[in-house]
Amino acid sequence: MLTGRAFKFGDNMSTDHIIPGRFAHLRSNLVELAKHVMEDIDPTFAAKVKPGDFIVAGTNFGLGSSREHAPLVIKTAGVSAILAKSVARIFFRNAINLGLPVLLCETDSINDGDELKIDLKAGTIWDMTNGNRLRFSQIPEIMLHILDEGGLLPYIQKHGDFKL
Amino acid sequence: MGKTLAEKILSAKSGGEAKAGDIVIAKVDLVFVQDTTGPLAVRQFHSAGFNHPANSVKVAFFLDHAAPSPGYELSNDHMLLRDFAQKTGSLLYDVGEGVCHQIVAESLAKPGDLIVGADSHTVTAGGLGAFASGMGSTDIAITLGLGKTWFRVPESIKVSLSGRSPDGVYAKDLILHLIGQIGADGATYKALEFSGDAINNMSIPERLTVANMAVEAGAKVGLFPADEVTRDYLSIQGRKSHYQPLFPDEDAIYEQTIDISLAELQPTVAKPHAVDNIALARELKGTKVQQVFIGTCTNGRLDDLAVAARILKGKKIQPETRLVIAPASRGVLIAAIEAGYIQTLLEAGAIILPPGCGPCLGLHQGVLGAGETCLSTANRNFRGRMGNPEALIYLGSPATAAATALNGEITDPREVI
Repeated sequence: MLTGRAFKFGDNMSTDHIIPGRFAHLRSNLVELAKHVMEDIDPTFAAKVKPGDFIVAGTNFGLGSSREHAPLVIKTAGVSAILAKSVARIFFRNAINLGLPVLLCETDSINDGDELKIDLKAGTIWDMTNGNRLRFSQIPEIMLHILDEGGLLPYIQKHGDFKL
Repeated sequence: MGKTLAEKILSAKSGGEAKAGDIVIAKVDLVFVQDTTGPLAVRQFHSAGFNHPANSVKVAFFLDHAAPSPGYELSNDHMLLRDFAQKTGSLLYDVGEGVCHQIVAESLAKPGDLIVGADSHTVTAGGLGAFASGMGSTDIAITLGLGKTWFRVPESIKVSLSGRSPDGVYAKDLILHLIGQIGADGATYKALEFSGDAINNMSIPERLTVANMAVEAGAKVGLFPADEVTRDYLSIQGRKSHYQPLFPDEDAIYEQTIDISLAELQPTVAKPHAVDNIALARELKGTKVQQVFIGTCTNGRLDDLAVAARILKGKKIQPETRLVIAPASRGVLIAAIEAGYIQTLLEAGAIILPPGCGPCLGLHQGVLGAGETCLSTANRNFRGRMGNPEALIYLGSPATAAATALNGEITDPREVI
């Protein structure tokens, strides 16, 4: 069970919004890089987010660059899952490969600051602030297996290969 | 049942019948990284327990995003990649060789190949009929080690092109128009497959421009068939043996078909801060521009510099406007010097950068100031993209860029040609 607060963002949050290219020199220094997560959209986000919290977004979250540093700084900042109406392809794979759950669901009813409780196994999101209960849709089985192992590295270390 | 191009290539590479919606494990022909995604890929490769890339896969390293390096951190990343490339006997394209996607198109990609790169614009090689897709560093690290990766076989959207573009209208206008029509997530998880009589007249550089921006509509891949145009391009590159014809089956099943008549297109521009925020260049007349950038994997090729040089020959750009040009590769720069384009562009007032990504991603070589506006031939105009969240970025063709530099404001190139 995951619990935390919702940080609400809009549609089309690109990897340039999540971690801009101008910080590319910090990509081998993750702790410093993560201080700039979402900075161009909300300069206070990195300071406010606590371990366990959630990013809640609209459509097409993570479009743009293949930079895995985008989900990596989100994870490093302590975010335990991303909830979005839809997510861009490369970001989706990258997040799952890092063991960061991406939950596809209707996010309009969730407000910034809401307390959420998420049961990953049951596929349920409880919004403790407004009492709503939401369901998220299932992701492809291979991604589920990668996520279950904690990411692609532990998955490959365990299985030695992709398994269908 | 007939197959799309995507299904054909993924069937061949997975050794089975790959149909849209299937998950397949496919053998990869070429895997590559660039300097801002490579260091993490190398670290993940070692963390996974690999020592040497799979023998079956060709591996290439490109130092292009920070070329030459603007700071010691990136210089250290370059050292790490050079060292790894040397130890593993991988191809290394060092600082100054050019943008990874241009070099892949010039020297490495073949029709029917499966290519993955740690850069979203890996899709560019789809212009040559290669299934080429961008991935993150961990996916790339595992592909490096295993020589294969998994794919969900994409549904394909057929984009049928007819007629001829009017003067002043280019491949960039076509792809911006398409993205404006279907939206920045209009092809998410899908393949865009281009066909129709108009593609017979489209050069490989034009196809590369179109395929390059497939990802801006969310697509996994942007594919052109491999035909006589492809064969001639590969022959000129001295790679005749790399050609094989590749077409979708007549009875292939597409999720939808989009028809575009090239004759109806006009010079098109993406406005801040989204690639699908489309307008016509003439509608933006009067928009003052402090910087114009011509270059990138989208529009830094010889034909692009030729278009700009033709417009600017014997003229001077507006003194209030900087014209920054980064040829996409060493080969492009040499050919542009030989053709006299560089002389023309320099005399018109341009700044010539070394081959590479230049200011596209906001690292260096033309970072914008607060409130400044740039017209760029690149593929992204997200807020903050060119190094400053308070700057405004418009995207257009090299012709629109040259016309805009000439007038200091966004200009429909048909006004000056």
